[in-house]
Amino acid sequence: MKYVKLIPTLLVSALAVAGTTQAATAYISNEKDDTLSVLDLDTWKVTETIDVGERPRGIALSKDGSKLYICASDSDTVQVMDLATRKIIANLPSGADPEQFSLHPDNRKLYISNEDDALVTVVDTESHEVLAQIEVGVEPEGMAVSPDGRWVVNTSETTNMLHWIDTQTHELVDNTLVDQRPRHVEFREDGKLLWASAEIGGTVSVVDVETRKIIKKLSFEIKGIHPDKIQPVGIKLSADGRYAFVALGPANHVAVVDAKTYEVLDYLLVGRRVWHMEFTPDRQYLLTTNGISGDVSVIDVADLKVTRSIKVGRYPWGVVTTP
Amino acid sequence: MLKKTMLGLLVTALLPIIPAPAFAQGEQALDIRVAYIGQIIDRGPVLSNLIPEPEDAGLQGARLAITDSNSTGRFLKHHYRLDEIESDDPSTLITDSRALYDEGARLFVLNTSADTLAALSSSLPEDALLINSGSYDDDLRSEQCLSGMLHTLPSRAMLADALAQWLIMRRWNRWMLISGNTDDDRAFAQSIKRAAKRFGGKIVAEKAWSFDTDLRRTAQKELPPFTSGTEYDVVVVADERGDFGEYLPYNTGLPRPVVGTQGLMPTAWHKMIEAWGAAQLHSRFEKQTGRWMNEKDYASWAGVRVFAEAVTRTGSTDAAALRDFILSDQFELAAFKGRKLNFRSWSGQLRQPIALVHPRALVSSSPQEGFLHPVTDLDTLGFDAPESRCRVIAQ
Repeated sequence: MKYVKLIPTLLVSALAVAGTTQAATAYISNEKDDTLSVLDLDTWKVTETIDVGERPRGIALSKDGSKLYICASDSDTVQVMDLATRKIIANLPSGADPEQFSLHPDNRKLYISNEDDALVTVVDTESHEVLAQIEVGVEPEGMAVSPDGRWVVNTSETTNMLHWIDTQTHELVDNTLVDQRPRHVEFREDGKLLWASAEIGGTVSVVDVETRKIIKKLSFEIKGIHPDKIQPVGIKLSADGRYAFVALGPANHVAVVDAKTYEVLDYLLVGRRVWHMEFTPDRQYLLTTNGISGDVSVIDVADLKVTRSIKVGRYPWGVVTTP
Repeated sequence: MLKKTMLGLLVTALLPIIPAPAFAQGEQALDIRVAYIGQIIDRGPVLSNLIPEPEDAGLQGARLAITDSNSTGRFLKHHYRLDEIESDDPSTLITDSRALYDEGARLFVLNTSADTLAALSSSLPEDALLINSGSYDDDLRSEQCLSGMLHTLPSRAMLADALAQWLIMRRWNRWMLISGNTDDDRAFAQSIKRAAKRFGGKIVAEKAWSFDTDLRRTAQKELPPFTSGTEYDVVVVADERGDFGEYLPYNTGLPRPVVGTQGLMPTAWHKMIEAWGAAQLHSRFEKQTGRWMNEKDYASWAGVRVFAEAVTRTGSTDAAALRDFILSDQFELAAFKGRKLNFRSWSGQLRQPIALVHPRALVSSSPQEGFLHPVTDLDTLGFDAPESRCRVIAQ
């Protein structure tokens, strides 16, 4: 009996030791500093600040977590960083002014929104070739690939639409009109629903992927905050399907929504002008980027409490985490 | 550090772009005509004439809005077209606008003087939708209420109130008011006096500039004594043409800031506004025109966008249906100002935040915090319902 108990313990500690050699890490892009902040998720300390291209905004990891893609908007390129060495190893031909992007489950096709040119550029991350450029509405921004890889959905901020692009043909096949200034889209893990935020409209639309129609529209209300300041941007859905977190911009709060009943459960006070969010790899915490206060807030997902805030660079924009 | 590369351009050169197909199965294809009526106004010679005002201010904004609206429209089979009429002769504008109406045009963006606006309003039939994008005139929003007229350009009262709130917030309450000698200058000065009364500013001295010397040579000699003799916190200047006001900063008798039509300026739009996607609007505009987008461009851009937004949401080009939607609770315009904009039901004025800028930076944006209003703080700027005789929507 003693042995049986001991073996798992040993295994766990062996894993823990392996873990400490590379602690879980968050990377945060600082739009007005042209840097990335590297945040150690064990100590909650910024351990490094790395120079990157101009006006870094959207960032994303390769599926194996070895590479980081960075939209360097004013450098008109997507940079590829090798996370083992933290060096830029390539610049992808992204089209002009890349803002956000999403990687296909095949780990190759990267869908990039070119904000100034009303285009979506598709780049092969291995051959570095541009596979297609697709016309979309004015100021494309939010981008998400469906979990099954069939759809890529792009939001256009001034056209106020979700554009549905077939990833096989690279053709735009449908549009869903939403409220003013859609910023971000997020698929539910089963791929059946899509959540879309409208920053100036102040709403979040939940869209049925099959019909591409809005089935629910959420709005938000915080006592003492003018409704015009409640501007949904980033959305994150918890893996267990329980919560949706919605970052409310200059309202300085993150809304916690019951992802099944669509009821708003709580509003959590974070830093100023909260835009994007990411879970830590263990899903225990949610990190938020707060542009004006220049920091990252940490939300404890189980308790739904904000536990700390960490100073990063000027105007933090995107955030990703690796184990 | 990586500098701007040519990668973006290369991509476009090499690959055919997959065009967006037209959609809207079951929906009707629509052709939407918007008429832009621009009056070319000779503002006379000014002392500060080194940087001329662009002659196509307004028109370029309307053109960009048509491009923007067509990018959206192609997904809905909606096609927008701009009919452009420009002239320095009001009677030509009236005749030509009427001719456009007779050809079927119903949506008009009018960048003209207040007088021409009144003439157009009476010559065009009731079912035409008119948006003023050229006159700041307070009377149009308070006393002389033109039937059905909407305004995307702020009134002088809105600009003055935006400035006044900020001055009061800074506790710079004592103002020396200097006015030029045109009717427009006097109107701006009048709005400043109204704002002082509303928010608690004190006009400690009021002067009219009537010197005819060339200030480029003598500003240093003439302006300090002209702005001396009283204690004040700021000099407020009312010189809409930019005749002498440009020479006031740093030439005041006391070491005080200059605000108003020069120095720190209230404005609906400026290059220094960059947040909420404004940088992208500037970028599109500069690509189209090779110059910065100004307040008149913005007002005409917004005018066309108001029509287009109503067409997108209603799927109709019927003037009455569009008008009902534009004046309803459902209407909202995203216009790069960080809040949704809509119209005041009494004066037909587009509610909007007003930026306070100096030539190289955004200083603040009004309404300032703490200026409260029972409906929306945006209505602390300009003529509120009880202060206006206008009723665009019959109540």
